[in-house]
Amino acid sequence: MPRYRNGTQPVPFPTPVTQPFWDGTKQHKLLLQKCSACAHVFYYARTHCPACLAKEFEWVEASGRGTLYSYTVCRRAQSPDFAEDTPYILAAVTLEEGPRMSSLLVDADPENVPIGGPVRVVWDDDVSADLAMPYFTPA
Amino acid sequence: MAGLRGEAAIVGSAEWAPKRKPDKLWMGLEAYAELARMALEDAGLKASDVDGVITGTNLMEARMLVPSAIAEYLGIRANFFDVVDLGGATGAAMAWRAAAAIEAGMCETVVCLVQTQMSPPDPRVEQAAVARDWGGGIWGSPQAEFEIPFGHVQGTYGYAMIANRYRYEFGLKEEQLAKIAVEQRFNAQQHPKAVFRGQPITLDDVMNSPMICDPLKLLEIVMPCFGGAALVITSKEKARQSKNRPAWIIGAGEHLTHRSVTYEPDFTHSPIKPSADRAFAMSGLKRSEIDLASLYDCYTITVLLTIEDAGFCDKGEGPRFVDEHNMTYLGDWPMNTHGGQLSFGQSGLAGGMSHVTEAYLQIAGRAEGRQLAKCDTAFVNGNGGIMSEQVSLILRGD
Ligand SMILES: [Zn+2]
Repeated sequence: MPRYRNGTQPVPFPTPVTQPFWDGTKQHKLLLQKCSACAHVFYYARTHCPACLAKEFEWVEASGRGTLYSYTVCRRAQSPDFAEDTPYILAAVTLEEGPRMSSLLVDADPENVPIGGPVRVVWDDDVSADLAMPYFTPA
Repeated sequence: MAGLRGEAAIVGSAEWAPKRKPDKLWMGLEAYAELARMALEDAGLKASDVDGVITGTNLMEARMLVPSAIAEYLGIRANFFDVVDLGGATGAAMAWRAAAAIEAGMCETVVCLVQTQMSPPDPRVEQAAVARDWGGGIWGSPQAEFEIPFGHVQGTYGYAMIANRYRYEFGLKEEQLAKIAVEQRFNAQQHPKAVFRGQPITLDDVMNSPMICDPLKLLEIVMPCFGGAALVITSKEKARQSKNRPAWIIGAGEHLTHRSVTYEPDFTHSPIKPSADRAFAMSGLKRSEIDLASLYDCYTITVLLTIEDAGFCDKGEGPRFVDEHNMTYLGDWPMNTHGGQLSFGQSGLAGGMSHVTEAYLQIAGRAEGRQLAKCDTAFVNGNGGIMSEQVSLILRGD
C-alpha cells in the first residue's frame, strides 16, 4: 500500500530529457537544473533555460527544503485517479533554491495549513518501481 | 500610442442559450453555419458580405486545417482567416484580431465563431480525460509529467490556490467572494437565455454550498454547458449603415506567461494588468469612464483579481471594493449584467464570448430587462486557463 496516497495513478512517463530527474528520485534526490550561461536554477526538467534559452546546464541537488507558496484542500476529487484520496492537499512549493514546484502536501492537517511555512520533501516509493514521487510535508 | 484606430465595430451577434445537455445533435460545421447565419441576420448583412472568419480550435470534423473546412462548408470566399487558441480569452481575442485585420485593409466584414462540441463525442477518444487535462495529458508534455501525476488537473484547484494566497497576503472573507456570485445571479434573472434564470440565490446559499477546493464552494464555480456564439465585426463604412448601434473596438491588450498556475510569476498580481493597461492606454479612456465591466468569471476569485489588476481599485482593495459597490445592473458599478458565466452558463469558448456579446448588447441598447440606463463604454476581460491567457478590450458606442 502506498504510504501517502490510496490511489497510484497516473504515473509519470519520463522522456530522454527528463529521465535524469526521475532517476534521481529513486535515490531520493530532488534534482534541479542550473544554467551554465546565466546561473538560473529551474524546475521542471527541460532542454533550454527558461531565463535565457541557453542549452548548457548542470544538474544540482536541491536541499529538499522550501516554503508553502499556496495550497488547496480538494474536498472533491478533481480527477477519478484521486477519488480515494479525498480530502487531499495540492500545493505549490517554493524551493530553497528558487523554483516553484507542483506537488502534494502530505501528513498535514487539512484544517490548518500554514502558507509561508516551512516544508520538506518526502518520497513515495510505492507508486512505481521506476521512480519515486516527491511530495512535501510541513517541516 | 499606436494601436487600433477604433474604425471597426461589432454590429451583430448570435448566442445560443447555454444548455446542461445538448438539445440537438449538431456537427461542428453545422453549428458554425447556423451561428454565422443567425449573426449575419442580426447584423442585417448578407452571407456574401463576409470576407473574413475567425474560429476556435474545437472543430470535430477537422483536427487540422480548420479554416478550409469552414470556408468550403459555409461557402465563404475569405480574404482573412484565423484560428484562435486562447481558452476562455478566445472570444475577446477574436474581436480585436478582426478589428486589426479590418483596419489593416485585409478584409471588411469578419464573422467570429465559437461553439461547444454539440454532437456525440468521438468514441475513439476518452473525451473526459482530454477535457480534464486540457489537452496536455500526452507523453512529452510537461503537464503530463510534472502536474497531472501530482493531482494538479482542471481549473478549480488552481483558482483555489490563488484565492488562498490572496487571503494570506491581503485578507479576504469568503462572504466577499460569495457576494459576487449572488449579484451576478440577480443579473441573470433578467436574461432570457441564462441557464440559472428563475433560480435566484442568497449569500447563505453560496456559503452553505458544498466546499469543492478550499475556499471555493460549488456556487462560486462555473457550470459547464453546451452552446455557441457568433459576432459580426465590420468596417467603419459598413458599421455606419448598420441598423444596430455599433460598438467600436477602441482598445485591446494581451498578456500571457504560464500554463500551469504553479509557474505564474505571482499568484496575486495576474497577467491582467499589462493587458488592461495597454487596452486603456490605446483607448484614451479612464477607468472611471467605463459604464460596464464585463469580466471573465470562471470563479468568483477571478472577478476579484480582475477588478484589481484591471485597475478599477488598488491592489489589495478588491474585497472592500466588492463590499462597497452594488455590481448588479441596477447598481452603481454594473458588472457582468448577463449573469456572468457563473449564472449565464459556460458553453466552452462561447462562455468567454458571452462577455463580449453582453458588452455589445448593452452598448447597442439591446440588453432587454437588464439594460443599463447609460452604456456608452465597456471594458471586457477574457481569461484562459488558470489566469493564463489574458485579453482586454474596450468598446465604445457613438
Ligand atoms: Zn539561463
